[in-house]
Parts: sequence; structure tokens; C-alpha cells
Amino acid sequence: MRMLGRTAQNLFWLSRYVERAENMARLLEVGYRMSLTSRREGGASEHLISMLRAAEMDEAFAERHEVADVDTVAYFMMFDPTNPSSVYSCLQAARTNARSVRTAITTDMWESMNGAWLEFSQIKPRDVRGAKLLGLLQWVRQRSHEFRGALLGTILRDDGFAFLQAGNFVERADNTARILDMKYYVLLPRSSLVGGEIDIQQWTLILRAASAHRSYGHVYHDRYKAYNIADFLILRTEMPRSLIYCAHFVRDNLNLLAKLYGRREACNDAMDDLLKLVEGTNMDQIFAHGLHEFLNDFIDGNNRVTDTLSASYNFY
Amino acid sequence: MGENTPFDEMYNADGSVREPYRALSEWLAEQPEKGLALMQADAEAIFRKLGITFAVYGSEEGTEKVIPFDVIPRIIAANEWRKLSRGIEQRVKALNAFLYDVYHRQEILKAGRIPEKLILNNAAFCPQMMGLEPARGVYAHIIGVDIVRVGPDEFYVLEDNLRTPSGVSYMLEDREAMMMLAPDLFQRSKVAPVETYPENLRRTLESVAPAGAGRNPVIAVLTPGIYNSAYFEHSFLADQMGAQLCEGQDLFVDGGKVYMRTTTGPERVDVIYRRIDDDYLDPLTFKPDSMLGVPGIFDAYRAGNVTLVNAPGTGIADDKAVYTYVPEIIEFYLGEKALLNNVPTYNCTDVEQRAWVLENIAELVVKEVHGSGGYGMMVGPTSTKAQHEEFKKKIIARPDNYIVQPTLALSTCPTHINNDVAPRHVDLRPYVLVGDEVRITPGGLTRVALEKGSLVVNSSQGGGTKDTWVLED
Repeated sequence: MRMLGRTAQNLFWLSRYVERAENMARLLEVGYRMSLTSRREGGASEHLISMLRAAEMDEAFAERHEVADVDTVAYFMMFDPTNPSSVYSCLQAARTNARSVRTAITTDMWESMNGAWLEFSQIKPRDVRGAKLLGLLQWVRQRSHEFRGALLGTILRDDGFAFLQAGNFVERADNTARILDMKYYVLLPRSSLVGGEIDIQQWTLILRAASAHRSYGHVYHDRYKAYNIADFLILRTEMPRSLIYCAHFVRDNLNLLAKLYGRREACNDAMDDLLKLVEGTNMDQIFAHGLHEFLNDFIDGNNRVTDTLSASYNFY
Repeated sequence: MGENTPFDEMYNADGSVREPYRALSEWLAEQPEKGLALMQADAEAIFRKLGITFAVYGSEEGTEKVIPFDVIPRIIAANEWRKLSRGIEQRVKALNAFLYDVYHRQEILKAGRIPEKLILNNAAFCPQMMGLEPARGVYAHIIGVDIVRVGPDEFYVLEDNLRTPSGVSYMLEDREAMMMLAPDLFQRSKVAPVETYPENLRRTLESVAPAGAGRNPVIAVLTPGIYNSAYFEHSFLADQMGAQLCEGQDLFVDGGKVYMRTTTGPERVDVIYRRIDDDYLDPLTFKPDSMLGVPGIFDAYRAGNVTLVNAPGTGIADDKAVYTYVPEIIEFYLGEKALLNNVPTYNCTDVEQRAWVLENIAELVVKEVHGSGGYGMMVGPTSTKAQHEEFKKKIIARPDNYIVQPTLALSTCPTHINNDVAPRHVDLRPYVLVGDEVRITPGGLTRVALEKGSLVVNSSQGGGTKDTWVLED
């Protein structure tokens, strides 16, 4: 049976929103931990604001709150229905997309998505503080894993699968790039040097946000170093949240679509352009060019993949 | 009709168990204490997890609700069902013949069997349908007939829902849940299957595809979208039939043909099971401000390039004022006596009948001619004096807007209430498919009024549902 353009769109965004909810939780966890370990007066607030800036949510936050502390930032990122990127909004949007394509996803996927939304929408923000906040952030990650598991375990490997997978990894690439970029925005205390203790501590938290602090050791057999960490999250093909891994994954799924539909589309070319950024380069070149600039180029290229994909397959 | 103690489907007046309920009665006696309550809790969890919800209009919080499901099935004997289904088949055949006639030569009006004014001045009459030839001459393909029982052998038809009857997904999911909850009870009984409905629906829709369609007609279910109260059902049926679930924006008309927008471009659609009301179907033909429909779809239908199911304009045959004439309609087209009774209905535009109605309003049921879902109605015996007076005024102001019927003592069925079993009033909506043949799913949806003594079974008014069993010989 042929697929409606709208269905393809809903599937793509269903996966994106689930992944985004997960990454919002990851980002908030990093921000929260950074703020706990800050030794400077007012440092907690700065860390949280830099995290919001990396996620491009600092302005929206400033419109709603005067003070950036753990409570206001956690509310804004987790529960605020007026923040379109809050975990609440992401899960709601994911569930709405799932409901629209109820016939194109499996019962297991629907139950996982519906269950996550029903549970989350019952939670009262004021009940979630301190240690409970970390517990809830973990819960969000786990529900995202559960949804992905249901998807991989039950859905047919057809065009719907390709749209879901592409959405998942386009979003993940975007989020990894933003988490890395956060480091750029974190102001180092004046007395400490790049590569100093606090610098390393911040990089470590970024690794943690990508659930990569243990696997780092398996790959590098070395203590945490900024160079390695950036390499790990950008160029290592065995790291499932690295930019290159995500890009390869999206490429494979766009190729699957081209194969199923019997023709290449503009999105396949946009994908090749994106791949050129991360293939045939190394960290020396990236740092020389500027990490922030590199990440911006990547995010733009990644957005072009979404735009061309939407046009190629009649999303509306 | 209408004795003081309503007919109970499980127990005779002397307390003995009626034959069709014997296995159920034994099974109930064996259930451990709290067994039914646990089952009830399981059932609710199943329904919520599956997202089997309906929206209640006008309630802000929790707009999606789960219809209460009662874990005790309602049982109909094989011979009872044979009688019922013969009566239903007769009715739907006659009503389709009536629709064909009304939209063509109007013989029944010429013969003076139904007042012309009642049809031609009726809001449900659709002049755009005049002279149109639907595939196989069928107008109402999917029908839900509302039936109540008042005695061992006494059934009455309350309404023939010929527009877009809903609830069939509950019939299917209730069975699914019941089999999960009480497989041992099924093993002791021979229950006719209902699972064939989606397949039969597909066959029915294929059988009315336009002549130009290929061997495998493309079928779409047209839904108003995820915020519609019956969205779950729309997606459920599309899924079960392997049809495309579309919203208005997914379809367009080009050169008098209907297409859907797919990932590879436009694809022709042959049959549309539309769950959008006539008024919203096509802004070019009906309500011009409709955002739900598809511009030009009615012209494509007129041109015979697509089949709409049900046809627009079927409402003229299930209009509450036309309802009174159904026995007449059956006789006129089939030359047979109606096998199923109509509820006697008083006509308030008649001076004498109106006077009697106003006098006896406390004993009667008043329904708005165009109302549905239990809204705009009053059940005399369970209403207050003030409500009686209010409806009297309404009837006097607009006698043509109301029909009045005696309060029927709907039969009761044992129902699980607060960890106990108590009789509650029920009705029955069997689902009928009309295409190359008439297909009636054994049983249907039983709705139950969960409040003690209440006669209103609508889900919007606190009603629940039961799995409905037709026993096989």
C-alpha cells in the first residue's frame, strides 16, 4: 500500500520528538550537574544559561523567568507547555504524531508512546526536585529506549521504517552537535586555563550527557582530554551518538528509500554534502577551523537534509 | 409492553435461570470473591493502554475517556437471533429501496403513503442526490440499528442509524478483551464470532466500487482527524481493513477524479468510507466553510468516479419523523409485514395527540427530531416536575421538533457494580453491511445504563458497554 505524504511526515517527526525529549533530559542533566559542581558565586546560573544557549532556548527562557536556577530551568525544560522543546511538549507532539499514524505503527510502538505520555502528563512539577529530578530524567531516557526497542522489534522494514529511523538520527545528530557546542558557551573561570581541571570537568559532563563516559575509556585508554572527547563525539564511527555515526545512519536510510522508490532525490544529494563535512577530516583540522564554526556548518547541513527530504516525499 | 418489573434476560420471574444464561450463571457462581473486581480493573488497564478512548465534547479536562466496559457478557440465543436478523435484513432492504425511490421517481409520495411535505421540506432531504445512480443502487451500506427488548419475544426498533453509525470498534474490542479476561467461559459456550466484521466491511466496500476501478479497488477511510470523538474507531477500522486513513487535506479532486497525496505523488481512490457528515463533505456543494472535506468530491461522486459510503442524503430515511412510516415503507416496497416492531410514536402536530401527550408527559419519553447521543431528550419517569414543564413549553412552541414515545421498560442484564452483580437496563446495536449482499454481524454492541434505574445508555451520559454473545446451535 502506498504511503500518504502526511504519514511519512508524521513518522519522521514522531521519532524526532521522542529523540528530542530524550536529549532534553540529557542536556538538563548536564546543566544540573555542572551547576552542582560549580565553585563560584553565581556560577550555577551561568552554567544553566550556557546550556540554554546551546539549545537555542535562552531567549525563550528569559521571556519567562528572571532568575536561572535549577527550579526555573528544570520547569522550563521539563514541564513548560509553552516551551515547544520541553520534554512535556516533545512527548505530547510525539504522541499526537503517533495518534495520526496509528495505522502505520505497530501496537507495541503505540502502547509504548501512549503509556509514556499518560504517565508523564500525570506528574506534578512541584513533586520533582533534587534527587527526584535526576530520577525523572533517567525515566525519560528509559522510555525513549523502550520506544526505540518496540520500533526495532516490531515494525516492517519498509519506507515507514526508513522515515522513522531517519527522523531519529537527524535529531540525534542535531542534539550531539548542540551538546558539544555548549562547551563553547561555557565561560571558563578567568584563573583557569584551557585544559585545566575545570575545563576537563566540563568536558566530562558533556561525555556523560551522551552516555559516553564509560565507553570513552574502552576506546581511548586514556584520561579525559578535550581533543579525544571531541573526536569521540564527532568522528568515531563506533560511537552511536557521534555526528559521523548519525550521518551514516541517515544516509543508509535515505538510500533505502531511494531503493524502495526506485529513484534518488534531492535529499540524497544533501546527505552527501553533509557527509563531506565529517569524512576525510580530523580533529586538528576541525579545531584549526574552529569547533563552533564546524558545528554550525554541520547543523545547517543537517537541516538541509530535513528540508529536502520533506520536499522529496511530499510532506506538507 | 411496559410492565412494572422489567424483563430480565438472565432470570425468570421465579428466580430460575433462563437457558441461554446457564453457563454464565455457573461461571459467575464459581468466581472467587473480588474476582470480578480484579477482572474489571484489568479490563480498564487494557482499554486505556490500547488508547481505546472517545472524546467528550464540552469537557475540558481529560478530553479522552475510556468507555466503561462491563465484564459480564450479554447473551442472545440462536433462535432469538435468527428472528432478529431476519427483521433487520428486511428493514435495511426496504430503507434502501425507499432511498432509491425518494431520489428518483418518488412513487411512495405519489401514492400518498407518506406526506410529500414530510420528505421534500425535510432538512435531511438532499436535493443534490436527485437522479444520481449509486453503485448497486445502495445508499446506506453501513447501518447500526438500535433495538430494545421488553419481553421474551418482544423487540422494538428505536432508530435505524443510516448516516455514519459509530461504536463497531467497541463491539470488536469488547470481544477481544472478554476473550483475554475469561477464556474459560468461552470454552463452555458456542459463541458466534464477530471478528469477521473488518473483512466483511472490506468486501462490502469493494463490491460497490465504481465500474472503472480495477480488480483491487483503492479504499480510503475519511476521518475529520485526531480530535474527533470517534477517531480511534476510524483508525482502527482502516487498520483492520488494510485501507488508507485519510483526512480531507490528504485527498484532492482533479479532472473529476479523487486522488490521495502519497510519497510518490497522486494515487487514484475508488471507494471512500467517509466518517464526515454530509454537510462537511464538500465545501463546493455543501457547507462552503468546511475545512474537513474535499472540494469537488461530490462532483466526482456524481460522475461515477468514486463511491461514497454511506451516500449523502441517507438521513432522510432515519429521520425521527420518517421513522413512524417504516412499517408502511416495508409494505410498500417489499409487500411484507414488518417483522420488527416500531415503538408507537405520538405526533405532536396533531392537536388531539398533543393534548394527550401534554397531559401524560410524566410517563413519556420526548426526543428532539434531530437530536442524537442522548442530548435534547427527556425521560418522563426519571425527570423532575420542572423538567416536565420545560419540555411541555418546548413542545407547544415547536410541536414539529419533537417526537414522543411511551417509556419502554428496557430489559435488564446482570452487571458488575461495586463488586456485586445487579440488573441494569441494556439496549442493542447490531451492525449491518449492505453491498453485493446483506451481512449482519451476530450480536452487536450492547450498551448498558450503569446507574440504577436509568434508561439512558449513551456513553456521553454515563453508559457502558458489554460483550454481546449470540449462541450457536
